[in-house]
Amino acid sequence: MSTPLVTMRDIHKAFGPVKVLEGVDFELLPGEVHALMGENGAGKSTLMKILTGIYAPDSGTVEVDGRPATIATPADAEKNGIAIIHQELNLIPALTIADNLFLGREIQRFGLLDHRAMTKRALEWLARVGMERLDPGTKIERLSVGQQQMVEIARALGQNARVLIMDEPTAALTEHETNVLFRLIRDLRDQGTGIVYVSHRMEEIFALCDRISILRDGKFVGTRPVPGLAFDEVVKMMVGRTLDARFPTRTPNIGAVRLKVEHVTGGIVQDVSFELHAGEVLGVAGLLGAGRTEMARLLFGLDKLQSGQVTLDGKAITPKSPNEAIHAGFGFVTEDRKAQGLVLDMSLRENVSLPRVPAHAGLVDRPAEKTQTRGLMDALKIRARDSEIDVRALSGGNQQKVVLAKWLALKPRVLILDEPTRGVDVGGKAEIYHIINQLAEQGVAILMISSELPEVLAMSDRILVMHEGRATGLLDAHGATQEAVMTAATGGK
Amino acid sequence: MTLQLNWSRAATLLQRLGSVIGLVLLFIVLSIMSPDFLTTGNLLTVLRQVSINALIAFGMTFVILSGGIDLSVGAILALTGAVTAGLMAAGHGIVLAAGAGLALGLLLGVINGALVSWGRVAPFIATLGTLTLLRGVTLSYTQGSPIPVTNQSFALLGGGYVANLVPLPVIWMFIAFVACGFLLRGTVFGRHVVAIGGNEEAARLSGVRIAPMKLAIYGLSGLLSAFAGIVLTSRLYSAQATAGAGYELDAIAAVVLGGTSLAGGRGWLFGTLVGALLIGFLNNGLNLLGVSSFYQQIVKGIVILIAVLLDRRQ
Repeated sequence: MSTPLVTMRDIHKAFGPVKVLEGVDFELLPGEVHALMGENGAGKSTLMKILTGIYAPDSGTVEVDGRPATIATPADAEKNGIAIIHQELNLIPALTIADNLFLGREIQRFGLLDHRAMTKRALEWLARVGMERLDPGTKIERLSVGQQQMVEIARALGQNARVLIMDEPTAALTEHETNVLFRLIRDLRDQGTGIVYVSHRMEEIFALCDRISILRDGKFVGTRPVPGLAFDEVVKMMVGRTLDARFPTRTPNIGAVRLKVEHVTGGIVQDVSFELHAGEVLGVAGLLGAGRTEMARLLFGLDKLQSGQVTLDGKAITPKSPNEAIHAGFGFVTEDRKAQGLVLDMSLRENVSLPRVPAHAGLVDRPAEKTQTRGLMDALKIRARDSEIDVRALSGGNQQKVVLAKWLALKPRVLILDEPTRGVDVGGKAEIYHIINQLAEQGVAILMISSELPEVLAMSDRILVMHEGRATGLLDAHGATQEAVMTAATGGK
Repeated sequence: MTLQLNWSRAATLLQRLGSVIGLVLLFIVLSIMSPDFLTTGNLLTVLRQVSINALIAFGMTFVILSGGIDLSVGAILALTGAVTAGLMAAGHGIVLAAGAGLALGLLLGVINGALVSWGRVAPFIATLGTLTLLRGVTLSYTQGSPIPVTNQSFALLGGGYVANLVPLPVIWMFIAFVACGFLLRGTVFGRHVVAIGGNEEAARLSGVRIAPMKLAIYGLSGLLSAFAGIVLTSRLYSAQATAGAGYELDAIAAVVLGGTSLAGGRGWLFGTLVGALLIGFLNNGLNLLGVSSFYQQIVKGIVILIAVLLDRRQ
């Protein structure tokens, strides 16, 4: 057996109190395509950032070619022949292929750029990825995403990379481009390059990879050779854990159909239909990029609905802006509370009343505003010294409760929650679950997008599963298994 | 945790009070250095000089708080002043002439707002464009020569005194300050201005209608610039095509000196008043001390840079 290109042993990494990696091992052999899998937040990208010198591990060792290596900076990674092809490509659109290939390491002659030499070298590099038909003088912005990716790979190979890390490389590719990429990956493998393939797409991994390593909650679950491996076994390794009592129970109080979504299409969302009842929690599961947030944005009037019909309490609606959606009775807790949910420099009170400031004829009613804020702070157990504190200073859990409070003040008929417990600690999560249950019991219809399977299974009445913009399953949450959800979410069967 | 909170609050307070402390210090130093400084006549003269810049800077505060910038204020001032003077020269009454000037200022501001919101042009570029355009329009309209004002009642607007002591422009400045302060702190409009500057996306998702808000914000800036233009025309007995050149920079300086963040979302109107006074008293003091106008610019520049550097620490 040949010496591994990369061996990572017992890697630990924590950000503050949050342990992201706990004793992870990873080995990459020359001439293999090695898949790295796990749920969102399992620690895949942190592990790869350690390998490429972006983060330093708290403990653990990294060996390259069997010798201990220190990879403290991206430059160290490059020196050790390790390159990463990012999901969002790192090329400069207004510069040419050759300019990008030699960015930062331009070939010079008498202190001037030697364009002829760079063009010649660029052609050689492009030939290695089968793209010799491209003119090195073409600007990047004129290339397709697939071609841009090839240029990135050419750049990595030109810098003598022997370890290529690919993060969801097919996310933006057409089927044809994907086939071209796979052919290249197999060629590179046969020439002895080691490839780490990070992806959620089960079918691709089974078609392309030699081995799979799986992470779960920052822990190393195991490495398995792909031949002879069952689809179900991988899913089980990824989701693993069983449900415990982290989730408070709710007395179901499901009423009439409140929201009817029929054949909704727009952006990557294709022909999604479902019904949401008053007092129901409909979980929306799926992988990153499955179109769940995009669907919510369509309903909330943030993106343009191309076709389809939305009916709220028997009335057809087509919100063209968040303002109209709010008036129709929607509330939307976005997934990124800092970028989209809160005005960090404003006080807790000002944030809570942002969707509707208590006012008469445009004049703010400060006493009413304070009373409303205090009421919501008590109801949601928001822990803050007073209502005048900047929300910037609150913990993640309390900030999330402020975002919830914003919408509760409006008494929405449909509340969309996008990753409602992301970045919230365990105690805060339980409190947010409790609030969600209370709202449902009061008859609010809740659409809960979540990437945490246990959360979706425990909190929902039914689960809508999405994959690549389409609804691929609608399951009754009672009796549904993580395996069943994951199967629908990865497009399997 | 609590320690960090108190510190951040203290830092904000200190930064806010920085301009006030600066003004007080300047006041003390000038009182000691120049016997002519601390006289009613001198102080009121400075207040009158400051009033034009303050009127513009109040509007600018709203624009900057919302995360934008308005470079066209000086050009709006010149054009609206010229149109008002021109209408009076053509025999129209004060009310119609001044009303037309104010309406024009409002309209020009709304156009800026439309370029920024619907046109999605960066505020700096949009208002740089209208600045240049309006300067040209004013030059064409006046044919480059001043339009004299002969109406004696109109001349009172900028040249009159209350109780034979307080110049009328100073009164306008304080009325505008109180009205704008109330608009900013007491109304839903003001709340939404700050929210847009703090996080436009969050404001939009909370149902704040961004485009109409921006039309109103830039419209307010245009309206106040027009008002300043009318007062200035009245005080000078004539409208000049080149009036208000560089006023945008003085207004921005007043806002920034007052502790309002150029990034938007943080600031207060009182600070802008203090900033405008700081610039006014600095000019006055340097004059009284016989410092050449060349050096005055250097001092002003240094003061602004120090203020911005302090802002950066946040």
